[in-house]
Amino acid sequence: MKVEQISIFLENKAGRLAEVTGILGREDINIRALALADTSDFGILRLIVNDHEKAKQVLKEQGFTVGRTEVVAVEVEDRPGGLNNILQILFENGINVEYMYAFVQQSGQNAVIIFRFDDIDNAVDVLMQNGVTVIGGEKLYAM
Amino acid sequence: MIYNEEYETMPREALEAIQLRRLQKTVARVYNTVPFYKKRFDEVGVKVDDVSSLDDLRRLPFTYKDNLRDNYPFGMFTVPMDDVVRIHASSGTTGKPTVVGYTARDIQTWSELMARTLMAGGATRGDMIHNAYGYGLFTGGLGFHYGAEKLGASVIPISGGNTKRQVMIMTDFGPTILTCTPSYALLIAEVAEEMGVDFREFNFKAGIFGAEPWSEQMREEIERKLNIKAMDIYGLSEIIGPGVSVECIEAQNGLHIFEDHFIPEIIDPDTEEVLPYGTPGELVFTTITKEAFPVIRYRTRDISVLYPEPCRCGRTIVRMGRVQGRSDDMLIIRGVNVFPSQIESVIMEIDGIEPYYQLEVAREGRLDTLTVKVEVNEKVFSDEVKNLQNMERKLEKNIKEMLSVSAQVKLVEPKSIQRSEGKAVRVIDKREI
Repeated sequence: MKVEQISIFLENKAGRLAEVTGILGREDINIRALALADTSDFGILRLIVNDHEKAKQVLKEQGFTVGRTEVVAVEVEDRPGGLNNILQILFENGINVEYMYAFVQQSGQNAVIIFRFDDIDNAVDVLMQNGVTVIGGEKLYAM
Repeated sequence: MIYNEEYETMPREALEAIQLRRLQKTVARVYNTVPFYKKRFDEVGVKVDDVSSLDDLRRLPFTYKDNLRDNYPFGMFTVPMDDVVRIHASSGTTGKPTVVGYTARDIQTWSELMARTLMAGGATRGDMIHNAYGYGLFTGGLGFHYGAEKLGASVIPISGGNTKRQVMIMTDFGPTILTCTPSYALLIAEVAEEMGVDFREFNFKAGIFGAEPWSEQMREEIERKLNIKAMDIYGLSEIIGPGVSVECIEAQNGLHIFEDHFIPEIIDPDTEEVLPYGTPGELVFTTITKEAFPVIRYRTRDISVLYPEPCRCGRTIVRMGRVQGRSDDMLIIRGVNVFPSQIESVIMEIDGIEPYYQLEVAREGRLDTLTVKVEVNEKVFSDEVKNLQNMERKLEKNIKEMLSVSAQVKLVEPKSIQRSEGKAVRVIDKREI
């Protein structure tokens, strides 16, 4: 129940982000979710796409440093307190979140939260035991 | 003003006779006591007795900084440690420093040369010398200190740093001669201004500045802002430290080389051919009175030019022009010698990192800044910011520990550092000196 995420190293220079999205667009790769972490001189772009193998390959060919990480996607009701429920579960079980980002599904009433954990297996177990809906990769890529 | 009239104004012929005698003694000394020199002399087929005129110096092999590294730490010393009373060190081309030693007589020689230097720069025994060169392994602080005592002046051994305290001491003690790096002189003046103190009101009359490259424009700025005469000094630890040559306050035109102790040559750095007076090239020195650590034809990598004409100050010894640059890639950052290869060895300690890096040197206000750009590849990349930032901090810490210079490490995208055909562009120096 894990999701593949690719991450890309970007210098803080004008146009670098557009270059990545340009490459992905040309190659017909669709972005499902993204988050950008930035510091004063560099950024890390994290992406979930419909074809991570191909995305990684085409970006590498264009000279980008691309990493691959497993993350967890969780469905949460799109209502006040929805996210808090999940964070409480994680906190009570001593699970640390490295980073997270969210997006809202087009159709349904649910939001999807992407979590990066250090101990991903343990985190998935805890979430599932507590009745949280963990979305598998195939489902997410095709959303 | 001349400290040692006899030697500093000696007729050329008499000086050369002394040089030859001292050179012969030095050649015999190194051949008989340092395996490195014996091997080198044997390789080129030169015998000790072959040196029968000063021109024969050209037959001797050169000594390179790498030779000193290969004989780290004490392999180039000609005397047992019992006879060594002082050890100094400067940056080497890689991790290990270049180590030099002094006998008691070497310290006397050095003190005499620094007394000459100070007097050439306008100091007398009645002066108070504010010595803000660093004390320690670096030769600057102690070199000036011993010279000042030899001269009989009063020396304030304040060393570098803590600039506000320096201004307080200047205000309260009233020193008359300032010795430090030229950029630090300007920094002190700025700090004084911030403190509401007018540097021009101090008792200073002259300063002797060196250990880093500077220019005529910087001299004008120092003289104007500090209301003093500013003299250039040259030296390097491999030869003796400061005290190799200095400008006189009378002419401020070229640095007088103390030729009764050092024989200078100018060579083409590529062909190693000796060039005539007046032609710019790399400075090469042979020490002829040093005991513990003499060097034969040491390649300084500093680019300068020699002028033989006597100076209006009365000195007959040869003068060298202001150092114009380097024939290698050494940088001087805040007075510290930095070789790109040293930074490379720090970077390469991290597993998986690419050997592509670039050093960017700039000047912010009075202080040099060093930025080290390192390419991020897949092996060192992480999707977490903290991991990449930790790597930057770790590199900065290692560079600081190894070089005593603060650097800012900046991660850059792969292939973003220019690869030129042949030599990589390792250094971008944006300083306008």
